[in-house]
Amino acid sequence: MAVLLIAEHNNKDLRPFTLNAATAASQIDPDVHAVIIGQNTAEATKQLSELPLVKKVLSVEAAHYENFTAENFTPVIVKLAENYSHIVCSANTFGKNLMPRIAAHLDTSQVSDIIKVISPDTFLRPIYAGNAFATIKSNDAKKCVTIRPTSFDPCETTGGSAPIEKIDAGEEFSNTKFVKREEIKSDRPELGTARIVVSGGRGMQSGDNFKLITEIADKLGAAIGASRAAVDAGYISNDHQVGQTGKVVVPDLYIAIGISGAIQHLAGMKESKVIVAINKDGEAPIFSVADYGLEADLFEAVPQFMEELNKLNTIQK
Amino acid sequence: MKILVAVKRVIDYNVQIRVKEDGTGVVTDNVKMSTNPPDDNAIEEAVKIKESGKATEVVAITVGQQKAQETVRKALAVGADRGIHVKVDGILEPLAVSKILQKIVDKEKPDLVFMGKQAIDDDCNQTGQMLSALLNWPQATFASKIDVKDNKLEVTREIDEGLETIEINVPAIVTCDLRLNEPRYASLPNIMKAKKKPIEEIVASDLGVDVSPRLEQIKVEEPPKRKAGIKVANVAELVQKLKNEAKVI
Repeated sequence: MAVLLIAEHNNKDLRPFTLNAATAASQIDPDVHAVIIGQNTAEATKQLSELPLVKKVLSVEAAHYENFTAENFTPVIVKLAENYSHIVCSANTFGKNLMPRIAAHLDTSQVSDIIKVISPDTFLRPIYAGNAFATIKSNDAKKCVTIRPTSFDPCETTGGSAPIEKIDAGEEFSNTKFVKREEIKSDRPELGTARIVVSGGRGMQSGDNFKLITEIADKLGAAIGASRAAVDAGYISNDHQVGQTGKVVVPDLYIAIGISGAIQHLAGMKESKVIVAINKDGEAPIFSVADYGLEADLFEAVPQFMEELNKLNTIQK
Repeated sequence: MKILVAVKRVIDYNVQIRVKEDGTGVVTDNVKMSTNPPDDNAIEEAVKIKESGKATEVVAITVGQQKAQETVRKALAVGADRGIHVKVDGILEPLAVSKILQKIVDKEKPDLVFMGKQAIDDDCNQTGQMLSALLNWPQATFASKIDVKDNKLEVTREIDEGLETIEINVPAIVTCDLRLNEPRYASLPNIMKAKKKPIEEIVASDLGVDVSPRLEQIKVEEPPKRKAGIKVANVAELVQKLKNEAKVI
């Protein structure tokens, strides 16, 4: 039986983690079908059908799917699941919200947030905020798996031409109503997929001082991150939070400024390829994961860092 | 309105996790245990709703071994009215826990069930969503704000793109984010009073629920260590290293 991938999108375009989830799905079984549930999703559906890894697209459209409510999505996917061995999607807030509801209906124990496919029934996943890795074998007939997007490369986006099949919509779940979504709009790269992330912590001392971070991020074409301490102190909004309870990021370069490196923050960034830490406390745990540590007062070091960057002739973006 | 709050006993979030040498799990002997942090937010929110006059009773429940009862006792010390301890040995998967909670919901008939969005031990993030599936109730996951309005809740959810607000009819499940509130500390008099509050003990096997594991934990290992980095003397050296050695800028 094939694998069913649940596509994530905004009704217009596929959201990028769908590409990482497709890669993971194809490692379980090359026969990947993808379901896209939404409203007026023609363009996103076309994008999905063009992924070379996807062999068939199932499209379900209705007004009550416009806001991706798990209570509405679940019955559709549970019905489709009859024909599949695995249901797969990203372990971001979309998949975390949705997949357990599906798994409970299928009476299957979900395997959450996998970072590696060992075999079609065995997976590697982090536990204890990434302080241990568990190898888990699922003995359920149907397997519900969410994947950590940053642990799988995004798949190719062109060259495929999977057939698209329309599926009847299910009933609306009347006890949950969408009210509004406040998306933080920004010209910057998305935190979860940025090549460079510049993050500030409690050491920034105020929201105003985050402009030091913003300047560096502008210069490097980077996303802006923050520790939970900085978010809780109100320096910056929560969508910037990196860590166990925020976003997990794996950029090429992670610059931690005024971040001590609490366990829960390290869980969200320690897989980054190159880590820089700027902190005046030489004993701060962040230095234990940093490739390049600079023990300095950030209010002196960060403006100097900006000057040095300005001296460079070229900067990769 | 009656609120049932599920709490879990986990290794304290400040403890450095050590993996057992035989690969069967992590070291829990002589390790400080606490209530799962977002479960504290769930209790706090339920107690606040009761204090505002919008709820009449807060019942704390845990599923686990004898010592897990400490977490219920702690909930009683910060304002829960009574407790339930479903006793079970060994580690249950979220699916099994949600089936046990379903049985308790059938019996207790709460209007709301609160719990943390995720346990910081297995990091599964499943139980609330699974329970709402089994009950066919609405779910508000990752809640950072809850407004109680008659028989509805308006809940602000933390999602990757920012914030989402939904309105759900009671009965409903809410899983709580750390930013929902600031959990209070128990005062000594309240800790003493909590000792007199009732905790009902139920043996899991009496509930007639299949809690057999579906997953096998083959092994638990240390994550790969990062190679030791270096300290640079100044900003100029840092930029030079990033440019010429790491080649990332």
